[in-house]
Amino acid sequence: MDDSRLLTIAQKERERQAKFRHRIFCCNSTACLSAGAGDIHTTLEQAVAACRCEENEVEVVKTGCMGLCSKGPLVRVETRDEAPVLYGNVSTEIAKQIVARHISQPDITAELEQDESVAPYNFIHLRASMAQAQLQDYIIPLDLPFFSKQVKVVLRNTGFINPEKIEDYLAHGGYQSLARVLREMTPEQVCDEILHSGLRGRGGAGFPTGLKWHLARKETAPKKYVIVNGDEGDPGAYMDRTVMEDDPHQVLEGMIICGYATGANYGYLYIRGEYPIAIERISRAIRWARRYGILGKTVLGTNFSFDADVRIGAGAFVCGEETALIHSIEGKRGIPRIRPPYPTTSGLWGAPTVINNVETLANVPTIINKGADWFAGIGTEKSKGTKVFALAGQLRNTGLIEVPMGITLREVVYEIGGGIPGDLEFKAAQTGGPSGGCIPAVFMDTQIDYESLKQLGSIMGSGGLVIIDETTRMPNFARFFIDFCVDESCGKCLPCRVGTVRIRDLLDKLLEGKGTLDDLDKIEKLCELVKDTSLCGLGQYAPSPVMSTLRHFRHEYEALIK
Amino acid sequence: MLTQTKDPYPGGDVRYKAIDRVIKRFNYERDSLLEVLNTVQETFGYLPKDSLIYVARQLRVPLSRIYGVATFYHMFTFLPLGEHNCIVCAGTACHVKGSARIMQALSDEFNIKPGSTTPDGQFSLIMVRCLGSCGLAPVVVLDGEIHGKETPEGILTRVRDIMIHSKERYDG
Repeated sequence: MDDSRLLTIAQKERERQAKFRHRIFCCNSTACLSAGAGDIHTTLEQAVAACRCEENEVEVVKTGCMGLCSKGPLVRVETRDEAPVLYGNVSTEIAKQIVARHISQPDITAELEQDESVAPYNFIHLRASMAQAQLQDYIIPLDLPFFSKQVKVVLRNTGFINPEKIEDYLAHGGYQSLARVLREMTPEQVCDEILHSGLRGRGGAGFPTGLKWHLARKETAPKKYVIVNGDEGDPGAYMDRTVMEDDPHQVLEGMIICGYATGANYGYLYIRGEYPIAIERISRAIRWARRYGILGKTVLGTNFSFDADVRIGAGAFVCGEETALIHSIEGKRGIPRIRPPYPTTSGLWGAPTVINNVETLANVPTIINKGADWFAGIGTEKSKGTKVFALAGQLRNTGLIEVPMGITLREVVYEIGGGIPGDLEFKAAQTGGPSGGCIPAVFMDTQIDYESLKQLGSIMGSGGLVIIDETTRMPNFARFFIDFCVDESCGKCLPCRVGTVRIRDLLDKLLEGKGTLDDLDKIEKLCELVKDTSLCGLGQYAPSPVMSTLRHFRHEYEALIK
Repeated sequence: MLTQTKDPYPGGDVRYKAIDRVIKRFNYERDSLLEVLNTVQETFGYLPKDSLIYVARQLRVPLSRIYGVATFYHMFTFLPLGEHNCIVCAGTACHVKGSARIMQALSDEFNIKPGSTTPDGQFSLIMVRCLGSCGLAPVVVLDGEIHGKETPEGILTRVRDIMIHSKERYDG
């Protein structure tokens, strides 16, 4: 199938959607499903059916994350010629009221009253019982800073499309970037475009993506691979899961473009076993892409061939490290190896391999579509574009946000996050999970980008952003992370395997009140040692939470010493 | 290539058909070990010893290597779960919001450590690092049902409730 056919399908889908007067979007992302969104969706559909509307009057759409996860389940009603309305904390009762409020009801006749499918939705009764003011309480204003401060590139479609329908993605301009790349650009031009955009790896390290692609492209091996790293292991981070669950085709499109640019003909999506919905939706996306000729021997009717498959991780944090991930795909223990050679030279089964994070690749279609200059116009000098963060912890609004690089922590905490509940003080923001560090209140006005976070002793990381208030004690918090690294150390190199355990023991000694100033020195030295001598990123960054809290909150450690 | 000898399923268990399907889909490639083990874990709920021997024969991989791989990844277990199970998320967001107290309460209630099962096989207590529902922290999954913004008291009430019901069924 060539791209003109895709355009026709996209046009048809747009026309189909335009026919509906009301479209009710029900979030079906993991967070909202946990809060009971499955029942809400069923209730909405039944209530709509009970309305006996004419055909093409109402569509209930299962969609992805709308961002404000703490207020889930979320439902958005879009009515033609009217502003959309967003409801939060929706219960089945509220779902019925939403339908009753927005959609014209049938006259309840005696006959209808008897009908079992309608009786529970006796709208006359509902309307009478429903204090309009009550439903009003569930409306979330869409002009909140939580929404207005965000810039959506990666999350442009999430919450607006049905992730299980390829047509919906096509209707939103999907796979047009791929078509353009195949039609107009050489692989070298694609790599250049990505390089000029300034896109850097969103997994945390921030390596320039275009450069990585160029390196793989220049290799002459007959077989090359693309791997999408969806082994998102940081506790407190779920950006990649959301992107895979709610806009799987965007990831696929980025992956295929990467394949074309680097000369690879096969790709693997390595997804954490803990993410069953992401695995299912990506697998479904692959099947549909094959059916539409987007994957296969002749991608979009050209002579470029590309296919993809899913590999499921079995729960090992270290597999987020690229060489460990490669071993895992090869069916081995996920243990990292020494680099160089880098995977772009010798990766999966010895072939040149590009490994990109999910979010990195999800940026690619938009960069191609809107141009490298447009993308480079967002963000700071060295960090371009946007970053998705999973905002969690002690905040009024928690959820998934996408902000331009260079936004200050203050804006994120007080405007987007709505501040700390219960009049408590902001103490620190933790970024980068167990590999990152804490940013104390005095640095609230620091711009969030790769370099400035590094300067503060933290890292950008994959995007977990956990806010801590004054009730959390830093030594305990640091111990929590080092304990995680003890569990997750693969055991290959000694500094990480033994060093993390010794740091934990020393912290325990301090926390039990038996520590001395000498122990504090030992911890510091040990942290330096583990950082400098570990083989892979897990070990090198494992001491970061301890080091950064020691740097910014040393008094809390000293207070433990009698 | 040698023809694959058709091994009988251990104990005549037909659930091995699901495992065979995956092995065949990957053409008996050794590299598919992780995928195969994932299927075994999913099919049986744990990795029975017989199944590992079976997989070793089918893929022609030493049993020791399978053991090495199986012990490396957290999702593989060698013992079946209890009748009821409770997963407590210990991700950063849940930790900040007090998941440790929830874990302690459950641990005290059943007198078991996180990651183990009561001796009567009735209850398993599991700790995971982040379920990715951080907006609802702290999160607990009891018998597959997710409970967000949970408290130690709340989860104890729920757990006691299901344990009483299950005991009644057992006694009655």
